[in-house]
Parts: sequence; structure tokens; C-alpha cells
Amino acid sequence: MTGEARKFDPAEATKFFTARGHSGWLGLTYSDHGDDWVELELPWRGDLLGEEGQRVLASGPILSLMDMASGMAIWRTMDEFSAIATLDLRVDYVRPAREGASVFGRSQCYRLTRSAAFVRGLAHDGDAGDPVAHIQAVFMKIAPQGPAVPNG
Amino acid sequence: MAEPTDMDALTPYARSLGIRLERREDDGTPVMRVEFDETVEGRPGHYHGGATGGLLETAGYALLRAELERRDRSAVLKPINITVQYLAAGKSQATYAKARITKLGRRSANITVEAWQDDPSRPIATAVMNVLMAEPQG
Repeated sequence: MTGEARKFDPAEATKFFTARGHSGWLGLTYSDHGDDWVELELPWRGDLLGEEGQRVLASGPILSLMDMASGMAIWRTMDEFSAIATLDLRVDYVRPAREGASVFGRSQCYRLTRSAAFVRGLAHDGDAGDPVAHIQAVFMKIAPQGPAVPNG
Repeated sequence: MAEPTDMDALTPYARSLGIRLERREDDGTPVMRVEFDETVEGRPGHYHGGATGGLLETAGYALLRAELERRDRSAVLKPINITVQYLAAGKSQATYAKARITKLGRRSANITVEAWQDDPSRPIATAVMNVLMAEPQG
């Protein structure tokens, strides 16, 4: 399957979603994508550090990065934009990110059902083979206004 | 509780996001607060899941730091993991968060956190986090 045949373009969509709001404040940008995954970049920022005295990126921005990359991966896999909400998100922080480095968040939607989307992913600071974090999450599709679908 | 340490309870990230200490409970547990504005907004008019998660994490670290200080322990805190449950959409109003230390060990702490808006008994998100307490360098 070629990416060109798809309607949902992660590069264009990222520009839209990061123009404002929390993602815009973080400065997230598009990095890469495949059929069922999207990678976003969180550029280094000195005001997003965690513990005082350590030049280490806080864990919060990685959570936000992965939440956003996961949403994009789901829309990419559905090939359309529809409202979704994070239900459960787990992040394992396996090592600190390098000072001054961008952090890349890559998430893959490995299963879509009528009501839920399951994703897994990783964050790395240049080498995807040496991640800084692993994530797993479940998102729920938000039903359009109207009667609820039984067992939806 | 000494006021000057209040801001020390916040990481640079938390301060950038606009999180502040709302109050301390009678037992010293910090209650954190963030106002709704563009820095926390995801879907229009709602909190971004990442911002809510950041508030939960911040409340967890703030409580752990306060508890270690109370016990005269010093440690460098490092995140091990966090699992966030999103229970309801965060609406365009202030959100609060408060943590509880479920287990304080020698090397790691297990912390549960709840975030709410109008009613503390109806949380919009909860989290469980494990934090490593490393020996201070030097």
C-alpha cells in the first residue's frame, strides 16, 4: 500500500494540530510516518527540565509527545480524522534523554476496533534502537452526537 | 510549612506549564493547580491528555519530595514509569491534583495520584507512578 493513496496526511495534519494549544506550546513537529505509525519531534527546550540540578528533560513532555504521536498514528491507520480520547496511557522511562537533543516519539496503531484503538510506541533521541521510553496506550473513539451504538 | 520551599517543589517544566501549589492539606500533602489556558489545551475547550498527565506527575513528585524532606532523606528522583487513566474530559476550568504515597521503599516509591476539577470525589484522571530514589551524586 502506498502512502500517496491515503487521505490523512500526517505531515499536513501535524501543522494543523501544532499551530496552537499544548502541542504548539511544546513545539512538536512532524518527523516521519508509515502506514500505521507516525513519528513526531519534540525539539530541545531548556525550560522543560525535570529535577533541579539535572539537565534532563522532564517526563511530562514525553508523555505529551507520545499522546500526540499516538493520536496521529490512529488517524493515519483509520485514514480519517475523528474525535478520540485517551483512555489509558503507560510510559516506561528506560533512560534519560541526552541534554540538548530532540526527542522523537514514534507510535504505531496495531489494532483498531469499532470503539477502541490500541497503540504502542517508543521515544528516542536520535537512535530508535536505543529508546528513552516505551509506551502502550488505548484510545476510545468518541461517538458522534446521537443514539449510542449498542456494544459499539 | 516553610513558604520559600513551595516553588522548589516544582520542576522547571511544571513552572513553564503554569502549575502551582494551591495549598497543603493538614498532613502536608501538596495540592497542585493549573489554570486552563492555551498551554494545556488539546481538543478545543478541553485539556490535552499530556498536560493532565504532567499535572498528575508533578503532584506525585511534589508529595514525594515533601515526604523525603520530612524524613531528612535526600535523593535524586528519577521516573521509572507512569500509567494514566483518563476518566473524563478535562473541561476549560482549573484542574487540581493530589497524590498519595502507597509504598515508600529505600530505592523506589509507588505513588497514586488523582486529578479533579469541581469535585475531588469525581476525578477526571488518575495515575500510578513508580519513582526511583537515587543516591545524590558527590
